[in-house]
Amino acid sequence: MSIQFHKETFRGDYSFHNSERAIKRFPFPFDKDSYMYAVNMEQHRGGPADSIYEKRFDVDEHYISEMDDRAMVLADDPLRCQSLPHMTLAGWDLLELIMVSKSEDYPDLFELHRNGDQWRWINKPLGIDDSFTFMDETTLPYGPMEYITRQTQGDFCVLDQRDDNLWMDAGMVTTQADWSLDFDIGMNFFEWHAPVPLAHEKGIFVRALKFLLNIQQGAPARRLNWTMTVNPLLDTSPENYHKWGIQKTTLTPENIAAKQHLRVELQTFFRLPRSNALVFPIRCYLCAFQDLMTVPKWGRRLHRVIRDLPVELATYKGFIDNRPMMLDYLSQFDDGQPTSLGIWPDLDTEPPLKSA
Amino acid sequence: MSGAEKIAVRVTDITPLNELVTRFRFEPVNGGLLPTFSGGAHTVVEMRDGDITRMNPYSLMSDPFDRSAYTISVRRDDEGRGGSKFMHTRVKVGDEMIVSNPVNLFSLDLRAKKHLMIAGGIGITPFLAQIKQLDRAHGNWELHYACRSEALGSYVDYLTTTHPNDVSVYYDDQGQAIDLDSLLDGQPLGTHIYVCGPKGMIEWVRGKAAEMGWPREAVHYEEFLAPQPGKPFEVKLAISNKVIQVGEQESLLEAIERAGVDAPYLCRGGACGQCETNVVQAEGEILHRDHWLEDDEKASDTKIMPCVSRFEGKTLVLDR
Repeated sequence: MSIQFHKETFRGDYSFHNSERAIKRFPFPFDKDSYMYAVNMEQHRGGPADSIYEKRFDVDEHYISEMDDRAMVLADDPLRCQSLPHMTLAGWDLLELIMVSKSEDYPDLFELHRNGDQWRWINKPLGIDDSFTFMDETTLPYGPMEYITRQTQGDFCVLDQRDDNLWMDAGMVTTQADWSLDFDIGMNFFEWHAPVPLAHEKGIFVRALKFLLNIQQGAPARRLNWTMTVNPLLDTSPENYHKWGIQKTTLTPENIAAKQHLRVELQTFFRLPRSNALVFPIRCYLCAFQDLMTVPKWGRRLHRVIRDLPVELATYKGFIDNRPMMLDYLSQFDDGQPTSLGIWPDLDTEPPLKSA
Repeated sequence: MSGAEKIAVRVTDITPLNELVTRFRFEPVNGGLLPTFSGGAHTVVEMRDGDITRMNPYSLMSDPFDRSAYTISVRRDDEGRGGSKFMHTRVKVGDEMIVSNPVNLFSLDLRAKKHLMIAGGIGITPFLAQIKQLDRAHGNWELHYACRSEALGSYVDYLTTTHPNDVSVYYDDQGQAIDLDSLLDGQPLGTHIYVCGPKGMIEWVRGKAAEMGWPREAVHYEEFLAPQPGKPFEVKLAISNKVIQVGEQESLLEAIERAGVDAPYLCRGGACGQCETNVVQAEGEILHRDHWLEDDEKASDTKIMPCVSRFEGKTLVLDR
């Protein structure tokens, strides 16, 4: 299915919108009617046709506009993209991984022609056709990580692996849920996760690190994470909190359906072969409450999850003040009927909303 | 769960280097390219010997950027369980074998200003790949290589010919030894040490470096333990509800796999921690042989690394 790329914005007039197809394939993150942290990892080896799990790097209708937004963020704040000197090799690993994956998974959109270390990369949606020498930085307009991540949706953390730990030593981070690469650069896994409540006590991070250190070449993994965002903002960074934080106070019962978005991150993990580093792509998907409510199962479930979420998590995720208003809205879509297990919409089998 | 897909390869060359060491070259059966890897990585080679499947890790020694083939060097261990002997005596050019995707537990620290490599015997193999990787990036390295004798000095000629200024060789039988005190004393700031060889050598280098105040993070080592044979024993697997027998010449992990129970692993040499298994009940003595568990964990007998450790006694029940 060919993709119709939208021309839309994630700032100012917020013209971002999801097509019906995008809503159906939205990665709803709750597999049951409640939520708590878990090491919810699984292998990243494809998934149902047209789901966001199908390809190694999902390309969707927001691709071009997301790349435009990234360029604007970088123009304002170059520190969103950093790579410590020893991470250049990992940058080439990442460039190769993405170019090979996209050209194989989307041959109509991307082409990679390799003749030894002479490479030609064609990115049709963005109108790019570059020839360069693999592993020779002077032949690309940017460093390898910056070059390829200006052309790939989602944030990228490139983690060095040493001393039985992972280190945030490179990244491209412009669509983040309120954390800062510039602050975290050089930190290890426990340091950059220090602000997360409850999970440390549950031993989540010790187990997660053990899992990640053992991710093998050829065996990538994935998980979903989520938060809430008012207005379809990609850039909810601490650096720009003064611009977007205040927008949380503009929510009203009249506009919540359109303004409040569930923000879901598809997090994947790939071992990089030449550097033995780990790349951690964090792909952000946004969906307005009113669009989510078109799926009866998701309507029922989202109400129950938000209602029962521990106060610490609602606070950490930044929506504790708006939770009562959210619940007033969401409760209209919860008729008390049971829900099927798993994240999929199950539109053919789940009953429509019973009106009160 | 044992991770990534395995790779079917064909043995395309077997070269005996000396009395003990033989080199094997593997090319992909399907004619394609093998995954690239980083210097220091190993592959796990599966050896089908009748009903027994042995899986031994071997360091990849070829150029990490050469995707047409992998090469390994195998030292014959006549005391071992027969994996290396199988490679030496049963494997022929043209045979098909199965190898794993590369796994690196002995990676270069790319922040290092200089890489100081210390090898003993067959411990030379990971350095051969690391040197190729560093040469391509114009890295600064120096190798000190101790061998038993000239006759057993695998790759000495190659190394001293291609890198005469960066390689020093020491022969035990000629009374030559690495002068570790002065070697570690004169290094530039930002140097990292890598040591691969017999247990005694690793402990010697780590101990000396610690004594001289080297940061722990700047000293890297790799020692794969080959699983040692031992008395047969019986194990109950609680989750899969099976009772299995571990033979004299097989490891507990191999016996678990033979019973059709999928168990995680990476290194199969007691180093990576992936196969760590909870002990439900142990009446007897667990023979801990790994580098992974802490001493208090070993003493408590609540965990076992089935790739190298064994059991002697009445009952062992595992959470697997």
